[in-house]
Amino acid sequence: MNIAGVRPKSPTERLLAANAWVVYAFFYAPILVLIVFSFNANNNVGIWTEPSVRWYRDVLSNDAVLNAIKVSLIVAFVSTIVSTVLGTMAALSLERFRYRGQRAFDGLVYLPIIIPDVTMAVMLLLFFAQGFQWLDAAIGWRPSFGIGTISLSHIAFNISFVAVVVRARLGQMDPRLEEAAADLYATRWQAFRRVTLPLIAPGVAGGALLALTLSLDDVVITSFVAGPGTTTLPVYVFGLVRRGVTPLINAVSTLMLVASMLLVAISLGFQRSSRSRVTALGEEQA
Amino acid sequence: MRPSSKAAALLAALVLVMAACGDDDTGGTTSTTGGLPTTTAVVTTTTQGAATVDCEVGQTDGNLNFYNWSEYIDPDLISAFETEYGVDVVESFYESNEAMLAQLQSGVAYDLVVPSDYMIKIMIDERLLYQLDKDALANYGNLSEEFRTQPYDPNGDFSVAYQYGTTGLGVNLEAVGDAFVESWALIFDPEITQNFAGGVSVLNDPRETMGAALEYLGYSLNDTNLDHLDEATQLIRDAKAYITTFDSDQYDENLVNGEVAVAHGYSGNMIVAIGEADDPDNFVYILPEEGATLWIDNMAIPTVSRAPCTAHAFIDFLLDAENGATLTNWNYYGSPNEAALPLIDEEVIDFYADTATANLEVIEDQGDYEINYTDKLAEAKS
Amino acid sequence: MGSGGDHRRGDLTAEPVVEAARPELERAAHQAESRRGVLVALPAWVYLVVFFAMPLVIVFVYSFATRSSTGRTRLADWNLDAYRRLFDPLVFEIFRRSLLLALATTVICLLVSYPFAYYIATRGPRLRNVLLVMVMLPFWSNFLVRTYAWKVLLGSEGPISQLSQALGGEPIRVLFTNSAVLIGLVYGFLPFMVLPLYAALERMDWSLVEAARDLYATGWTAFRKVTWPLSRPGVIAGSILVFIPALGAYVTPAILGGARTTLIGDYIVSQFLAARNQPFGSALSFGIMVVMLAGTIVYFRTGAKNV
Repeated sequence: MNIAGVRPKSPTERLLAANAWVVYAFFYAPILVLIVFSFNANNNVGIWTEPSVRWYRDVLSNDAVLNAIKVSLIVAFVSTIVSTVLGTMAALSLERFRYRGQRAFDGLVYLPIIIPDVTMAVMLLLFFAQGFQWLDAAIGWRPSFGIGTISLSHIAFNISFVAVVVRARLGQMDPRLEEAAADLYATRWQAFRRVTLPLIAPGVAGGALLALTLSLDDVVITSFVAGPGTTTLPVYVFGLVRRGVTPLINAVSTLMLVASMLLVAISLGFQRSSRSRVTALGEEQA
Repeated sequence: MRPSSKAAALLAALVLVMAACGDDDTGGTTSTTGGLPTTTAVVTTTTQGAATVDCEVGQTDGNLNFYNWSEYIDPDLISAFETEYGVDVVESFYESNEAMLAQLQSGVAYDLVVPSDYMIKIMIDERLLYQLDKDALANYGNLSEEFRTQPYDPNGDFSVAYQYGTTGLGVNLEAVGDAFVESWALIFDPEITQNFAGGVSVLNDPRETMGAALEYLGYSLNDTNLDHLDEATQLIRDAKAYITTFDSDQYDENLVNGEVAVAHGYSGNMIVAIGEADDPDNFVYILPEEGATLWIDNMAIPTVSRAPCTAHAFIDFLLDAENGATLTNWNYYGSPNEAALPLIDEEVIDFYADTATANLEVIEDQGDYEINYTDKLAEAKS
Repeated sequence: MGSGGDHRRGDLTAEPVVEAARPELERAAHQAESRRGVLVALPAWVYLVVFFAMPLVIVFVYSFATRSSTGRTRLADWNLDAYRRLFDPLVFEIFRRSLLLALATTVICLLVSYPFAYYIATRGPRLRNVLLVMVMLPFWSNFLVRTYAWKVLLGSEGPISQLSQALGGEPIRVLFTNSAVLIGLVYGFLPFMVLPLYAALERMDWSLVEAARDLYATGWTAFRKVTWPLSRPGVIAGSILVFIPALGAYVTPAILGGARTTLIGDYIVSQFLAARNQPFGSALSFGIMVVMLAGTIVYFRTGAKNV
């Protein structure tokens, strides 16, 4: 229900709008700096000299950076999908069902959020190290550290974040809607697919977005469980910091931003074209 | 027992078993189990337990997984190596010796790593490194005498120096003015630092920072007397009001931007930053007379490596005079490569000219005592 | 309106049943429901047990181990030394400081995010999506680069300083102060507060607010008695998602605050890296986790009471 279209603009409305503008300015101020300095001619990310596009040219020829981007994207993609599915299922099972051991499961899902990054990183490193040794001894095959271990680690902490977000959403949803569907002879699966899922979709999407962001930005955990040739972008930048950050990274970040914006524009376009479907409660009109 | 607690007990037991199994495998054996059976090198174990390998000059046995500090090698050198030897080089980067150690101890199969001095000793003790086959290093003679034997690797059996540098102070002459003195007092004496616009910056490294404080007080940076260390802690505490930041990464930029008047940092970064400043003559890099750190990064081959001969070839490649010079001319650190010296930029040579005569110490690992440096720095900062 | 845990499902009769006519059917239905719940939970359960619980047990075991002279962890000579050190005044001080910082960050995030999320949630559906994505977009660039951008903004040559100079004042350097750290942390964690708040607000039944207005409630009363309680799950989720990582944060405070004070995250990292003292680092991590867990449980209990 859209209140803004129903009532005239009150002072509160205006204040809220103003506040929103300020917050967006806050969000994008560093981004602006980032973009501007990506065109900086000299090596420094703080002192502006003159405009230049050399960093963008460098990006295309810098194998290390390109490889890091590739790895980052693969890991983010895989871990987001898996953790969104698993996290949503976890949230559903905690909010809509009751079974023995539920409390323990609840705690387990929350724990990864409570653990400091570093502990998680070391935990996983030790675990993989021991596990690989063990596998080697048992079946003679030793997996290596790489995209696999990074993805597995990201999924481990992302499940919890997705679950938390989806649960907040589920908690707000009226469970009688599902009952109503049952009364109309829907099976559990149909009730889920046609009632629950569309209603929690924003929550799931929010959780997925969160997982994607967390994965793309993770430094500590990734640096511990990566392997040869599988540096992700944040870890690469983190390493660069010791020897001097150059606007090359600004250029890369700007490019990634542009890429994300394109992706978003495309997906919004998709949404618009499929909007003619009427979902439960007539919630979203075309 | 409830199912969940049974599971927990099982888990704990499992872990203890796995841990017990894993404890004795410190790389003393020569196994390169699993993975691709690419090596044709002959691998044996000496009586002292160090793994050795037998390679020919220029022999390669697979691609090179090179684990290095960031921005420490010219990409053109990597390409040149790939072309000359017909193998691929896969680069990975770390930002601290300890992070690199953690990876190696977990069995991640890197072929060549670049640990700092004290870390080499630890790795030798932990049997994580191959004893080098000097026969495979045709250019070994190019390495300067003094770098062939170091306390952390007495016979130079396990490592070959890569680059070296010093840790000292970068000073903004204008901001410091008359108070200029070639001493750690420029960062530790509040009577002097209180007059500096912007304050000073100190490294966020326990050994370096506690070391500098110890040296200022007249002790060695490898001192293991807890009372002396407490004195150093108090010194830093008193100086903290004018220490703007503890920074191991951006000190060079902060100095040149005018954010701080004096910066504690590493030589190579300083020389680059000062060279690129608007007014290079206003800045100078000094080695305090009470003593400063000399550090040496070295190339070493971990025993988990699956291509030790390729690693040898790479070391040999960098020991070549021209390649060594290219390396130094790119990262502006000190070159241990005698043969390369004539080919290195004047500027860099001058910069490191006084390291021979300066009062310098190399950091050494202090075993059980080592944790105190970290804890005392944390205490000084709290 | 809480979760639907109490409702009986699987019972396809249309009549509301108070007493079970056929208790066996009821039980069977319950059990089927239970089993379904377990099945739905199973994938996540298995994954977390393998890739989280087991590694956690490893760390727990390590916290009782000893550190060799070379910094290796020896799984022998089990002791409680590491845990005894947890009660050092130094550790308390470090923890207290980190706690205050995290609290401040969370409160500021909440104050900033709530009106913001409210605004987004009350726009039309298409605009909502766009606005939301615009919140996430900056965070798809690199976190370190964004933090360095803040360094530029807050430094003595940055726009804030230049503005004050233009107005005739001195160059201001916000950098390396506590305010700079707060700005950096709030900036980094804002989306974690905005998203759950938005999710809760968006799904709210606004007709309840209208009903309140119809009953002559002022805007503020309507908010206090209707909107706020209903958005509580979002507030709780958001607070947790911000407070806990903020407690362990160390990179942002180091870059923007000059690393002048030791925070708990940094202290733990230094134990695992610089000091190579894994037993103590493990004990610290475990201790923090227990404290945070206790705090979260308490928080949940108070939150649930008032709904």
